[in-house]
Amino acid sequence: MAMEIKDIIKPENIVYRRTPLLTDKPLSYCPGCGHGTIHRLIMEVVEEMNIQDKTIGIAPVGCSVLAYEFMDIDMQQAAHGRATALATAIKRLLPDRFVFTYQGDGDLAAIGTAETIHACNRGENFIIFFVNNGIYGMTGGQMAPTTLPGMKASTCPFGRDTKIMGNPLKITELVAQLQGTYYVTRQAVHTPNAVRKAKKAVRNAFEYSKHNKGLCFVEFVSNCNSGWKMNAVQANKWMEENMFPYYPLGDIKVPQSEKV
Amino acid sequence: MAKVRGAIVVDVEKCKGCGVCVPACPQDVIQLAKEVNGKGYHYAYMHVPEECTGCTNCAIVCPDGVITVYRVKAETV
Ligand SMILES: Cc1ncc(C[n+]2csc(CCOP(=O)(O)OP(=O)(O)O)c2C)c(N)n1
Ligand code: SF4
Ligand code: SF4
Ligand code: SF4
Ligand SMILES: [Mg+2]
Repeated sequence: MAMEIKDIIKPENIVYRRTPLLTDKPLSYCPGCGHGTIHRLIMEVVEEMNIQDKTIGIAPVGCSVLAYEFMDIDMQQAAHGRATALATAIKRLLPDRFVFTYQGDGDLAAIGTAETIHACNRGENFIIFFVNNGIYGMTGGQMAPTTLPGMKASTCPFGRDTKIMGNPLKITELVAQLQGTYYVTRQAVHTPNAVRKAKKAVRNAFEYSKHNKGLCFVEFVSNCNSGWKMNAVQANKWMEENMFPYYPLGDIKVPQSEKV
Repeated sequence: MAKVRGAIVVDVEKCKGCGVCVPACPQDVIQLAKEVNGKGYHYAYMHVPEECTGCTNCAIVCPDGVITVYRVKAETV
């Protein structure tokens, strides 16, 4: 007798379920937006490490401004670009907590450049989760420092002209040069394999932040289907073909004593 | 011989029909429904349920985390 679906769908057979550390609120993101997957990975790691009561997150300004509505942990929300300043204060006052910021590319690499670089340079002992979708998603798809050469955005409708607008800022490579960063990696979440690797990187960042040896910086190259004016599946393909050559995935800086 | 059988349950009202789970499935189990949910999205469903192995690929790429995965070892004749 062939097995029926109802014999499979039983509580004892669950091998994957949504982590309870995500609240029941429907995510405010566009269909297929990587922000949701990245929220989930962070909360899965917090769940697995059993540090829900010891973790404090900082939400940015950008599409993920409401991250505190979705992650069931203590959170604050910072003024645009200032998440790392707030994280610095929180981690220094409560050094036994796991502290992270969650920031977009406009937030972290445009208006917040100074705060980002100086927090990295000071070697603050928290984690930065950096979501690079090459655009200002929330405000309608304006050019960001990370927008690719030739890529169209609402403020560069003919494509980014690097002669006038400069080259895309590889802020992740830049902070890797600073002595204060301990672990720097670039990941993505558009395929099952990428998700598995990205989750390891998130786990590493939380584990390393126990060492108090500096800042852990995890970039996710992600999509913005709405800003890029594509559907989610097309956007993920476009990201592979265009974003990854400029922002290659993988570890950029790993702790000397650690094999990752 | 023991064979692995799986199944997924999609939280239909929370699915946004983004389609990201469709190419993530190595067994081509998933399609987007012709019907829509309450928000007007063509939700994901198991089109070929017999082929699901419960590998979890679809669930881990789902941006909205709306897929639950089940797996059993089934005896085949
Ligand atoms: C001081 C200040 N300046 C400008 C804005 C407008 N603003 C809101 S979100 C945003 C950019 C967000 O882009 P990004 O950080 O890349 O996040 P995404 O939405 O792409 O995830 C800007 C410029 C603001 N809210 N506050
Ligand atoms: S605008 Fe872009 S970044 Fe914002 S939720 Fe939509 S797809 Fe995601
Ligand atoms: S990935 Fe998730 S939200 Fe998107 S279609 Fe599949 S089940 Fe629905
Ligand atoms: S669990 Fe694996 S085989 Fe089953 S539908 Fe999802 S991706 Fe396909
Ligand atoms: Mg952005």
